[in-house]
Amino acid sequence: MALDRWIALIFVLFCCVYGYAAFFTMDQLLPPFMQRNPVWPSTFPKVLAVLGVIVGLVVLLGLEKTDDSAASPSATEINYRRLHEYKLGQALMLLALMVLYALMLRPAGFLISTTVFLTAGSAILGERKFHVMIPVAVFATGFVWYLVQEVLGIFLRPFPFFMGM
Amino acid sequence: MLEGIMIGLEAAFSVQNILMVVFGCLIGTFIGMLPGLGPMSIIAIMIPVAITLGDPAAALILLAGVYYGAIFGGSTSSILLNAPGVAGTVATSFDGYPMARKGQAGKALTIAAVSSFAGGTIGAILLMIFAPALSSVALLFHSAEYFALMVVGLSAIAAFAGTGQVGKALMMTLLGLILATVGEGALFSMPRFTMGMMDLQSGISFITLAMAMFALPEALFLVLNPARGASNAEGGSNKITNLRFSRAEGRAMMPVIGRQSIQGFFIGVLPGAGATIASFLGYAVERNLAKGEEQAEFGKGSIKGLAAPETANNAACTGSFVPLLTLGIPGSGTTAILLGALIALNVTPGPRLMTDTPEIFWAVIISMFIGNLVLLVLNLPLIPYIAKILSIPRNYLIPFILFFTLMGAYIGQNNATELLILVGFGVVATILRFADYPLAPLLIGFILGTMLEDNFARSMQLYQGLGFILERPMTLGLLVLAMVLVLLPSFRARRARKRAEGVADGD
Repeated sequence: MALDRWIALIFVLFCCVYGYAAFFTMDQLLPPFMQRNPVWPSTFPKVLAVLGVIVGLVVLLGLEKTDDSAASPSATEINYRRLHEYKLGQALMLLALMVLYALMLRPAGFLISTTVFLTAGSAILGERKFHVMIPVAVFATGFVWYLVQEVLGIFLRPFPFFMGM
Repeated sequence: MLEGIMIGLEAAFSVQNILMVVFGCLIGTFIGMLPGLGPMSIIAIMIPVAITLGDPAAALILLAGVYYGAIFGGSTSSILLNAPGVAGTVATSFDGYPMARKGQAGKALTIAAVSSFAGGTIGAILLMIFAPALSSVALLFHSAEYFALMVVGLSAIAAFAGTGQVGKALMMTLLGLILATVGEGALFSMPRFTMGMMDLQSGISFITLAMAMFALPEALFLVLNPARGASNAEGGSNKITNLRFSRAEGRAMMPVIGRQSIQGFFIGVLPGAGATIASFLGYAVERNLAKGEEQAEFGKGSIKGLAAPETANNAACTGSFVPLLTLGIPGSGTTAILLGALIALNVTPGPRLMTDTPEIFWAVIISMFIGNLVLLVLNLPLIPYIAKILSIPRNYLIPFILFFTLMGAYIGQNNATELLILVGFGVVATILRFADYPLAPLLIGFILGTMLEDNFARSMQLYQGLGFILERPMTLGLLVLAMVLVLLPSFRARRARKRAEGVADGD
C-alpha cells in the first residue's frame, strides 16, 4: 500500500476518534439552556467527522482514478521512495536540535541557546570552519535580539535564569 | 471611487507606508530568491513583525510588498539558476534559464521585471474596477450566503487541485476545518477537543500552523536532498551584464503582456487557481498563439515565453486579492495567511471593509502600484548584488531558515510549547508532502473553519434549523455549485475513460 493510502487510513481512524468525541462525549456537558439551540458545539464537528470518514475512504479505496501517466519525478523533486538516498540522519538531528532549542530557550536564555543552535545546526550539516561560523552565529544572534527587543519591543529573556532577568 | 483613491493616496504616501513597501519588496526579493522559501513561508515569517506594527494598513502594505518581492525574487533564481524558489515561477525558468545560458541573463531579468510590472499594474487597475463592484453585491449577502460561499471556495480549491488530487485536497481541507475546532471558540465559550491541555485552550495558533505547513517542510527537504534548490547548471551564468532589450523585442512583447495581464488576473480571482496555474496556462496559450519560428523558439529562450508567465503570475497575485478584500474569503494559501494576519489585527476583511475602513482598502490597492514601481526601479538595478545571496553556502543558510521559522512561531505567542507544536506539525506536514498531499487547502480550511462554523450557526439559529438552505435560493444555488465543483472532475475523468474504452472496443 502506498504512503498516501496509509495516511488516508490514519485519517479515517482519526476522524472516527474525533467523531466519537463529538457524538458521545460532548453533549452531556451541555448546559440545559443551550440544548434548545438548533446548533450545539458538537454539531459542526459531527458533520466534519462524517465527511472526513467519507472522503478518507474515497482516497483510501482509490475510488478517484489517479493519473498514472505522470512522468517520473525529477532528481530535485522530493520522493519518499528514495528516502534512503537522502540525508535522513541530518534531518532527524536538526529536528532534535529544534526540540532541544524549544526546551532550552527559557532556562538558558535567548543569546546562549540561539548561538548554540546556529553553530550546532551548521555543524550537523557538515560545516567545520568554526572560526567563521561561531562569530557569524554570535553576531546574528545579537542582531536579531536587538531587533526583536528594541525595535519590535517584544521581550526575550537574553540571559540564563540564574542571572536574574 | 475617486474619493477612495484620494484616501488611499493619502494613506499610502505617508513616509511610514512608503518605507513599508520598499522594505517589504526588498525583504521579499531577498528571501524569495532563496531556494525552498516560497511567498507563504516568507509572509508567515514576517507576520509577527507586521502585527507589532499595530497599524493594519501598514501591516497589509508590508505583507503585500513581501508577496510581490517574493514572486520577483523567485523569478530571479528561476532565470539565473533554473531553481525556482516558488511554484508560480517554474514556468519562468522554461525560457528564462535558456536565455541566461546564452549570456542574456541581464536582458532576461529586465524582461521579467518589466512584464511583472505591467502584469501587476494592469492587475491593480482591474482590481480597482472589480473589487468595489463585487463588494456592493456582497453587501447583500447574509450569513447563510456567506456559509455557502465559503463552502464553494473550499470546494473550488479542492476541485482545482488537479487530476487524482481532488480527494486528497478535500481531505486536507477537512483536516484544516477539524483543527480549527480545537480550543475555546468565541461561539460557545466552552473548550472543545483540548484533551485537557492548557496550551490548546486558545486553539492552535495559525502562524505556528503556517510555519509548520510551509517553511519547515521546505527547509527539511533542502536538508534531505541537497540537489534540490542547488544550481542545476554546470557552471550556470551568474554574470549579469547588459540589462537592456531592443525596441523590436519590446514591440513583440506588448500583445503578450496585454493578453496575459487580463487572463492572469481573472485566473487569480478564482479560488484555488492562483499564480501557478496562471503562469503555466499563460505560457501554454502564448505558445499556441505564436506562429512558425517564434513557436519553435519557446523553451529555447523565447522573449514571449518569458514575458507570458511573468505577466500572468503577477496579475494573478493581484487578482487573488479580490476575493480576500471583498468577501473576506482567501482563494490561495498566501491570501489565507494575509487574512490570518488581518484577523490578528482586528480587521475583518469583507464587503464592509471598503465602507468601514476605506483607508485600509484603498491604501493596499495604491500600495500595489508603488510596490510594482519599487520592484522595477529599485530592485532591478540591485539584482546583481542581491543575487550574491544565492552563493551563501547551505550549511549557513539552513540553520538560519530553521531559526527564523522558530522565531516566527515564538514571537507571536511567547510560549516555548508553541515551538514543540511547530516541530510536531512540521514533521506531519513533511510526511504529508512526501505522500503528495497538498497543504494549502489545510491552511485555508483552518483559517476559514471558525468563520464557516460561525456563519453556519448564525443561519441555523435564524431559521431554527436547516431551512435556510431551501428558503434562500442563492444559498441553495451556491451549495449546488460546490457539489458540482467537487464531483465534476471525477465525472469527467470517468467519461473520458469510458470514451477511451469505447475506442478500444471499436478496434
